[in-house]
Parts: sequence; C-alpha cells; structure tokens
Amino acid sequence: MKEIRWHGRGGQGAKTVSQILAQINLREGKFVQAFPEFGPERSGAPVRAYNRISDEEILVHSGVYEPDIAVVIDETLLDSERPTEGLKPDGVLLVNTACSPEEIRARTKFPGRIVTVDADRIARETGTGFPNIPMLGAVVAVLGTDYALAEAELREALGGRLSQDLLAKNLQAFRAGYEAAKEVTVGRA
Amino acid sequence: MRKAITGHKAVAEAMRQIEPDVVAVYPITPQSEIAEYYAEYVHNGLVRTELIPVESEHSALSACVGAAAAGGRVITATSSQGLALLVEVLYIAAGLRLPIVMALANRALSAPINIHCDHSDAYLARDSGAIQIFAESAQEAYDYMLMAQRIAEDMRVRLPVVVNLDGFTLTHTVQPVDLLDDAVAKAFVGEYKPYAPLLDVEHPVTWGAFAMTDYYFELKRAQQAGMEAAPAVFLEVQREFAKIAGRPYAGFFEAYKLADAEYVLVVLGSTAGTAKVAVDTLRARGMRVGLLKPWLWRPFPAQEVAAALAHAKVVAVLDRALSFGTMGALFEDVAAALYPLEKRPILVNYIYGLGGRDTTVPDLIRVFEELPHVARTEWALRYIGLRE
Repeated sequence: MKEIRWHGRGGQGAKTVSQILAQINLREGKFVQAFPEFGPERSGAPVRAYNRISDEEILVHSGVYEPDIAVVIDETLLDSERPTEGLKPDGVLLVNTACSPEEIRARTKFPGRIVTVDADRIARETGTGFPNIPMLGAVVAVLGTDYALAEAELREALGGRLSQDLLAKNLQAFRAGYEAAKEVTVGRA
Repeated sequence: MRKAITGHKAVAEAMRQIEPDVVAVYPITPQSEIAEYYAEYVHNGLVRTELIPVESEHSALSACVGAAAAGGRVITATSSQGLALLVEVLYIAAGLRLPIVMALANRALSAPINIHCDHSDAYLARDSGAIQIFAESAQEAYDYMLMAQRIAEDMRVRLPVVVNLDGFTLTHTVQPVDLLDDAVAKAFVGEYKPYAPLLDVEHPVTWGAFAMTDYYFELKRAQQAGMEAAPAVFLEVQREFAKIAGRPYAGFFEAYKLADAEYVLVVLGSTAGTAKVAVDTLRARGMRVGLLKPWLWRPFPAQEVAAALAHAKVVAVLDRALSFGTMGALFEDVAAALYPLEKRPILVNYIYGLGGRDTTVPDLIRVFEELPHVARTEWALRYIGLRE
C-alpha cells in the first residue's frame, strides 16, 4: 500500500486533486481512499489531504502518519507544516517550487528522493491559475501511472465542471507537471 | 458499476435509486453534502422527489412524519445536534409506526462543540424505537440504505430505520463503491404500498390519536412486536440483497476470524475495518484473535451474539460514546446477552474515538495484547488513546 500526504492552502484544490487521483487509481484497478484533513475550512489556511493506494482492499480507517509521498502544493508550507515529518526516509518529497531539488534538500534535510516542479509558473503560463493540477500530473509521474489513463480520468473528472477552454488549459497544465516531474529529480542523498 | 466516491455520494446515490416521494432535510456537518447531492438530483430532474428545505431538524422529521402518514415514501439525514433536536419526533415516528429511513452521519454531541465522529448521537436515539444499523464502509452505507427501505416498510415491522455511517471517516472519504444498476436497485426496493394514507380521502383515518391509561400500554407493546419482528425481516431482506448484489452479507453481524478466536473485539462502524488489520497482524504472529462487528444494533441480536462469543476467553467491547454513570451501551448489550450462558468469556469495556480521536491499528493491537492479562470481568472503563 502507498500513502500520500498533500500539503496545501485552503482554496488551492488539494482535496480536489486527491479525489481525482483516487479516481485515476481506481481506473487502473487499484483500491483507493482519499480524504481531507477534517479541520476548519478557511481560505488560505494550511490544509492536508491524503490518499491510500493498494492492490488489496483497504480496510484501515485511521489517519496517515508515515506517508510514502509528501506533496507540497504551497512552498511557504515547507517550514511551518513540516511536510517531511513521518515521511518514509526512502519516500518521495514533491515540492511546487522554482528551487532545485538540491536546494530543497538543504532546506529540509530530507534524505530520500526529491522532485521539484514549478507548478506556479505552469499555472501562470497555461492560464489555469491553480497549482494543484500540475502537482497532480507530477504525482502521476512519480507513481508511474499510465499517462493516457490518468489524462482520460482527469478529462472526465473536470469535464463537467469547466468550459472547453479551461479544460484544455488544465490538461496542458497536467501534462506540464507530469513532464517536469520526470525531469527534475534527485535520488537519495 | 464501481466508482470512487465519498460516503455522502454513496448514500445520495442510494436515495436517488429509491427516489422517495419526500425528502425533508436541514444541513449540518458532516451530513450536509448528502442533502446537497440530493438537491442537485432534484433540480436536475433526475428524481421526482418533493424536496422540503426546512428551518430545523425538528421540522425536517416533522415534515417526514406528515408526509409518511400521508402515504409517502420518505427519507431524511442528519448528524449530532441535528439528531438531538429531532429525537423528540423520532419517538413519534416510531410510535406511529412510520417507515422513515434516516442516514445518520455520526458526530459527537456538544459540549464542547466538535464536528468529528463518535457515536453519541446514535446512542442518544438508542431507545427511540428506531431500528439502527451501522456501516463499516461507504459500500455498506449504500447497501444498507437500500435494505433499510425494505425493512422499514415491511408490514411486520413498520418502523423508522437509522443507517449510521461515521462522520468524515466515511462521509468525506473517497473510496470504491459498487453501485447497483438503477433498474436492479429499484426492483429490489420495489414499489411502496402505503398503509392507511391520510391522502386516501375515501377512507378517512386518524393518525396520532390520544391514548391514555386505557390503550397507551397496549400500543407500546404492539410497537415492541414490530421491533421483535425486525430481526427475521432483516435477515430476509439481507439474504435477497446479498444474492442480487453478489455481496457476502449473512447475519446480524460480521464475524471476522471469530470461530476459533480466544481474544475478541466487538466494535461498531468504520473502526471495525481498522480492527481487521489488527486481527490479521496478530494472526500472523500466531495469536488467535477475532472480531465481531454488529450491523444490526437495534434490535440487538443478543442470542446470536452470545452464541458467537461463548467460546472466547476475553472479549473487549469498544464503545465510541460514554453513557455517563454506567458502562458503554454496547458493552451492556453484550454483557446482558452473555449472562444466560453457564460458561461466559471475561468482558472488558474500552471507550475510544470520542470527538474524532483517531484509533489506529497499533492502538487496537495494544488492546488485543492487554486481553490475556484481564483476569475477570471488569465493571470499570478503560480508554484507548486518551491522555491522562
């Protein structure tokens, strides 16, 4: 079983992408859970969301404390939210930042694999305005999920909510996040 | 079809397939999304339900009582304080033998105010006369919503049914749910044949009549007969559902690795899933442990629970609510069930998870590991994950 912890701020869409990820994983035949941290929901406040992905039925209904992957959607949470806490030493830290993985390593002292994606820049350039979708693309890349399958599910998940134009921009942002995560990575220290 | 959806959505989908005549509901965390999804279905024309937005939960269930007496099929949903506010009317629904189905997204009662899960709301309605079912997963919540309709409406029963699902843990968690085809679900639930509907003006009747020392007692005895008939109806409906849905429901409770277990947990709701992982972990280490997870809590299937637990050495009953001044309600149910046996397991009562306190696999492994050291049945509470 793989466990993922998302760190974002209220309004950035951490919960949304965790739920879409669950739908993607379900489509590839996995058992899934996705749940937000159940605190007060305020715009801009730190929020967490979680995923469990498994080949077997997931029975456990408690929190996630030792994730395999920590995803930081908002770089300003790197210090205050301690995203590496409990993160498995051989896990993956995935950060939305313009910094290099080496710089993030120096900042966090995390010994495992570090992947950096400038999701804010992708959000600006594609015109979506939200960093969550590029980070979802990055997670899909880190998990090694089939890209076409993931994109098809994303298209379905967003199709009903967005205009054709905004959907196309989001799919572009998703691809850019996916591609970036494949490139900008450092292995274990 | 398998979908990754929340417990809210699973319950709303069951409601969509049931398509009741009336849904009257008032929002409260963590139930609100059930009502929101259903309102969307109504406004998108997917169902022909009369959706009544009301000013409180007391009004919600009052509207349900009126609609049910008028001859409608009726569903509502609530949580916590909402349950507390409507419980007065829940007693009336049961006393009038109205087959209202209610999803209860379990949440702790105030004070202190809290939005997270425990079972104090369900326990508050324990003696209301409503049948109460607990779900471990969104799948079970969906399945039992469909079954609840049939159980409630059976003429041998005619009682409200509460389907409990843990707030947030189930309501807000996306998880796989196998939904029946609409046609299959609708055929299973069937068409509702109202009993003595008020709207049948050719045959006028009185609902909610006065009964003093002359008849009150007899009517309450008749209500108890409805409750006594419920277990057999529950099994009939469950058997039929298991067949059409292809799911392994069989009995009032799930017995997980229980047959040869020496040390056993009894627990309601989603924590039963976590307990299964603890059972598997300890079984791998050679400890004979097992789990009994009641689906049906009211009426309590005492004889069957006693038979299933009789062989155990120590049974830990876990309650997710305090019944202040005495032991946990589920513990007392199990203790009473075991009393007639000549040879009984030792019993111990743990209180856990109040106000959403997380209960983990290691927590439950620690409980199991304490059980061999429990020498006699204790009339004293133990607590899981409490700072003292």
